[in-house]
Amino acid sequence: MSGPPIYATTGQRIWFYGFRVICGLIFFFLIAPIIVIIPLSFNAQDFFTFTPEMLRFDPAGYSTKHYADFFTNEAWQVPLMNSLKIAPVATLISVGLGTLAAIGLSQSHVPFRRAIMAVLISPMIVPLIISAAGMYFFYSRIGMQGTYWGVVLAHAALGIPFVIITVTATLVGFDRSLTRAAANMGAGPVTTFFRVQMPLILPGVISGGLFAFITSFDEVVVVLFVGSAGQKTLPWQMFTGLREQISPTILAAATVLISISILLLATLEILRRRSERLRGLSPG
Amino acid sequence: MDHGNDAAFVEFERVQKSYDGETLVVKDLNLSMPKGEFLTMLGPSGSGKTTCLMMLAGFETATHGDIRLAGKPINNIPPHKRGIGMVFQNYALFPHMSVAENLSFPLEVRKMGKSEREAKIKRALDMVQMGAFGGRRPSQLSGGQQQRVALARALVFEPELVLMDEPLGALDKQLRETLQFEITRLAHNLGITVVYVTHDQTEALTMSDRVAVFEAGKIQQLAPPSELYEKPMNSFVAQFIGENNTLEGKVTQIDGATCTVQLDSGDIIDAMPVNVSHVGERTKVSIRPERVEFNKSRLREGAHTLKAEVLEFIYMGDIFRTRLRVAGTDDFVIKTRNAPDQVRLSPGDQIEIGWLAEDCRALDA
Repeated sequence: MSGPPIYATTGQRIWFYGFRVICGLIFFFLIAPIIVIIPLSFNAQDFFTFTPEMLRFDPAGYSTKHYADFFTNEAWQVPLMNSLKIAPVATLISVGLGTLAAIGLSQSHVPFRRAIMAVLISPMIVPLIISAAGMYFFYSRIGMQGTYWGVVLAHAALGIPFVIITVTATLVGFDRSLTRAAANMGAGPVTTFFRVQMPLILPGVISGGLFAFITSFDEVVVVLFVGSAGQKTLPWQMFTGLREQISPTILAAATVLISISILLLATLEILRRRSERLRGLSPG
Repeated sequence: MDHGNDAAFVEFERVQKSYDGETLVVKDLNLSMPKGEFLTMLGPSGSGKTTCLMMLAGFETATHGDIRLAGKPINNIPPHKRGIGMVFQNYALFPHMSVAENLSFPLEVRKMGKSEREAKIKRALDMVQMGAFGGRRPSQLSGGQQQRVALARALVFEPELVLMDEPLGALDKQLRETLQFEITRLAHNLGITVVYVTHDQTEALTMSDRVAVFEAGKIQQLAPPSELYEKPMNSFVAQFIGENNTLEGKVTQIDGATCTVQLDSGDIIDAMPVNVSHVGERTKVSIRPERVEFNKSRLREGAHTLKAEVLEFIYMGDIFRTRLRVAGTDDFVIKTRNAPDQVRLSPGDQIEIGWLAEDCRALDA
């Protein structure tokens, strides 16, 4: 790391190092609680703290028994399966509807675009507990409370804003003369969409989809309201597990969730770079 | 140029276009083009020329009037069923496809077989000297190469009508000149009908069979380039095309093909009445800088002359550009050819200038 510039005054030097200390503290504050979970999940004891063996780096202090429990115990496997059944379907719905909404709202002739956009984005802004309570009453009224599709639709509604935002962002850079050129060469609107527009906005669609997936996969408030025992998801199980049975398996589950999140975010970053490359080189 | 088929191929009949329902961007456009013609729509931005092109392509709909292609009204035909090729100013090549895939697109849409497609793509790329670049991405090509590919893509499906929307606007001067020549050559060899939009008058004059000068949503004049330059029908066209000297005055006498005009300074000049019809009418006379003569022996007997003072002499290589003070204006320009016997004027010289009456056109005021 390079030092402060040689012409810096004493005050600037102090600030130069002070700034780095503050940044370090912020990162520590944000990441430490997450990092700590990972070694703790390999605890050989049923404790939430580091045992003396662990601190001595004695192999006997570590084990993967909590992971074994996570992957074999029905109390965890059923919620995991529920999550895996709910999140992808909710994601598909979010991506489909969100992409169409973004494309529609990017056309300048659509009336009340801003108002419609605000309504569609609102699940991201309105406090979750309020959305959840609203959905609870609404879904009860129409008989969807406590059903699989109820949870899926609720999660899709939460995911749509992410898709709309990312797709709208990619559409801003989209050159409208490309669709005109396609039409001019004889391609109908559907062909134009799938062969010209879709490939170019795909990075936005996929990153929106990943956000929607993570939203559904991590979501606990809405599912508590809208779901019933049959739709108990992984975060729900963690939430109740923490209060009722205090088993370190929760740490293993958390580590698995963190890994999935990191994996998805890495994919996101790769996609973002790819789209940047495509766009940076695109003509005009 | 072969105008074998004189029946109108492209026709605009009383076409109007308004975006907001109040102001007309295109006012009462009537235009008829024979097959194989290269027609340029020239005009300042906002004159309605691009709107006309977009209506022909089908991206805008006419508010009133009919647009016909080969005799059939196309107002209600969507763009993708019109079969018109188009070249865009920003090329509009698909960035996610290679050059060959770009050219293949219109052929695939037409469900053409693979071998036929490949033959056509090869022929089209060879035509624009891009045969070796089929595998490249558009982003790996220079601007000029991209525009060649765009041209090949507009021609590959063999449309009879090709529209070009300022296709050379983004290129540097030299490349523009090369491509101007190539586009005209291709258009004539293939016998396609071209509607070309530009705001560059040199481009319009050098490339076209006919030029339509647009201003304020109307065609001000539709004529072959030489006629447009030498016989402008109104003062807008005279000002817009080429360099032009304008003097204002009043008609004092009309005598068949010549008239005399008394300028506001009191001087009398000879002119040709174009759109003035009676004595006393106000007029703007237009005279090209290269048609002004200061060698009295070359003027007709009895021709009126004006006193002029040389203000500035600019050496431009092939020509000399001299700015004069004439009849109260400071920006009267004359151009003379750099010939061995040519007089080089210097600032401060007092000369007398005149012209042939038919070179000085008395236009609308």
